[in-house]
Amino acid sequence: MLLLLSATVITAATMGYIKLPAASVLKILLAKLSGQAQWLDGMNPLYPVVVFDVRLPRILASAVVGAGLAVSGVIFQAILLNPLADPYTLGVSAGAAFGASVAILLNIWWLGAYSVPLFAFMGAGLTLVLVLYLASGGGGLSSNNLILAGIIVAAILSAGISFLKYMADEQVAVIIFWLMGSFASKTWIDVGLTLAFISGGFLVALFFSRDMNLMALGDRTATSLGVNTGRTTFILLVTASLVAAVCVSISGIIGFVGLLVPHMVRLITGPDNRRLVPLSLLTGALLLLIADTVTRAVLPSEIPIGVLTALIGGPFFCYLFYKQQRFRKIL
Amino acid sequence: MSTLFQLESVSFSYDRQRVVDNVSLSIGPGRFYGVIGPNGSGKTTLADLLVRHRRPASGEVLFRGKPLSAYSRKTLAREMALVPQNFYIRFPFTVREVVFMGRYPHMPRFAAPSAEDVRVVEAVMEKAEIGPFAERFITELSGGERQRVIFARALAQDTPVLILDEATSNLDIRHALALLKLCKEKVDREGQTVLGIMQDINLAAAYCDELIFLYKGQLVAHGPTPRTLTPEIIQRVFGVEAKVYFDDWAETRRVVFRN
Repeated sequence: MLLLLSATVITAATMGYIKLPAASVLKILLAKLSGQAQWLDGMNPLYPVVVFDVRLPRILASAVVGAGLAVSGVIFQAILLNPLADPYTLGVSAGAAFGASVAILLNIWWLGAYSVPLFAFMGAGLTLVLVLYLASGGGGLSSNNLILAGIIVAAILSAGISFLKYMADEQVAVIIFWLMGSFASKTWIDVGLTLAFISGGFLVALFFSRDMNLMALGDRTATSLGVNTGRTTFILLVTASLVAAVCVSISGIIGFVGLLVPHMVRLITGPDNRRLVPLSLLTGALLLLIADTVTRAVLPSEIPIGVLTALIGGPFFCYLFYKQQRFRKIL
Repeated sequence: MSTLFQLESVSFSYDRQRVVDNVSLSIGPGRFYGVIGPNGSGKTTLADLLVRHRRPASGEVLFRGKPLSAYSRKTLAREMALVPQNFYIRFPFTVREVVFMGRYPHMPRFAAPSAEDVRVVEAVMEKAEIGPFAERFITELSGGERQRVIFARALAQDTPVLILDEATSNLDIRHALALLKLCKEKVDREGQTVLGIMQDINLAAAYCDELIFLYKGQLVAHGPTPRTLTPEIIQRVFGVEAKVYFDDWAETRRVVFRN
C-alpha cells in the first residue's frame, strides 16, 4: 500500500502541462534528497523547478489532506457510533468556511497568503469549542447531543456565509472558489504544517484505536473494560476536529473523502480500528492524490477538487448504500 | 466472612429523582447474589455504582477495603466484568472479535493476543455455546444470541467479580438455565462472586445464595435466600400476593403468584 502510494506520487509528478519521464522525476527526487546537485547537470533547468517547487508540494498536500480527512472520518464514526458521521459532522467545515469568508470579505492580508487559512482555522476552532460547550450541557458528551449541536451551529454559520456572500460584491467569486476546495499553489510550508498536525492526529488515533473498538460496545461496557469514556471521547473529538480543521484551512471544503474512505476500508478490513486507522490513512491519501491529479493533469480544464470528489464520491456512496441494504454488512 | 464490596450509606440521584437511597450493604466473595426489585427500583444504578460507571452522590463504596475511586480503571477492569442490559452494536464486528475485546484489559495496548488469550477465548466460546457462529457478524445475530456473546465477552475478561444486568432477559429457558448454571459453577468451584440483577424470581430462587431486595432505591432485605424469600417481603417489594414453597421435584424453592 505504501509502495503503491509512492508510485502514484511519482506518476502524478510526471503528469501535467509539461510531460516528464518517470526516470527524470526519480532523478530529481534523489538529487534533491541527497543534496547532489551535480546529478541534475545536463537536464533542462526548468524541470527540477517544475517537479520540486510546483508539483510535489501540491501532490503531497493533496495526499496529506486525503489522509487527514480519512483518519478524522474514522474517529468521528467510531466516537459518534454513527457510520454516517464525517469530519464535518461537528460543523468544523462551516466554521472554517465562515472564517475564510470573513478574511476574504474584509480583505485581511496582513499575514500574506496565510491570512485566509489562519482565519479558517480559527473559525473551525471556535466552532468546535461552541459545539462541545453546547453538547456538554446535560449529561456528558452523548453522540446525539454532539450531532444535534453540530447541525445547529453549522446551520447558523451557513446562513452567515450566505449573508457574507451577499455583502461581498466582487469578492464573491473568491469566496465561492475557496469553498469549493483546491490544491493549486500549495507550498512546502503548507505541506509541512499539515503533515505535522496529521501525523500527530494519526498517532493519537492509533493509540486509542483499541478504546474506540470498546466504545462501539456502548459506554457502560467500555467503562467496565477499563476505558475512561468521557476523557477518551473528548481527546479523540478534539484531535479529529483539529485534523479536519487543518485540512479545510489548507484546501477548502472537500467532501466525501472522510465519509467514504472509512466505509470502503471497513468492507475489506472489518471494523477493527487497529487496522482501520492506518489503512484509511493510506487509502485517503491515495484517493485524494488521484482525484487531484485528474483535475490538474487529465481534465482539459481544472475543476475544483471539492466538486470532483462530490461528483465521484456521491454516486459511489449511493452504490455502497444500496449494496449494504441488500447485504446488511456495512452498518 | 471477609467482604468484597462494602457500601456505606450510598445515595445517587438523577436530577432531583433519588434512585439509590441510603443503601448500606456488604457483599462477600464466593457467593451468588441476586438483586430483585420492581422496575425503577435502582437495580441498574446500583450495578453502575459497583463498577464505578457512576459515582455516589453521598456515601462511599469500598472494594477490598479501599475506596473504589482509589483504583485505576484498568485495575478495575481486571477485577470486575459487567454484562449490560441493553445492548446494541453499530459496527459489524465478528463474534470472535467481540469476545476478544474481553481480553483487552489483560493485553498491552499494541500487543497481539497471547496463547493464553486465545485459549481463554476459545474455552469461553465453547462454554457459552457460541462457537458455531464465531465468524458471524454481531449485527446479524438475534437478541438472545447477541446476549450470549456479550456474556461470553464478560467471561473472557476472567475477573473475580461478575455483574449481570438482566443477562437472561432475552434468552430461551434452556440457555437461561445453562448460563446461570455456568455462573453457579464458577461461584462454587472457582470462588467467583456473581451479582445478578434478575427479573424472574424463580430463577433467582433456584441459583442465588443470597438475595438483595430493593424498593424505590432503598434496601428492603438482604440475606440468604431461604431467609429472605418470603411472602411478606415479596408483598412489600412488588405489592403482589405470593406463596413460597419447596418443590421436591425441582429441588428448589418456588414462588407462585395470585392476583
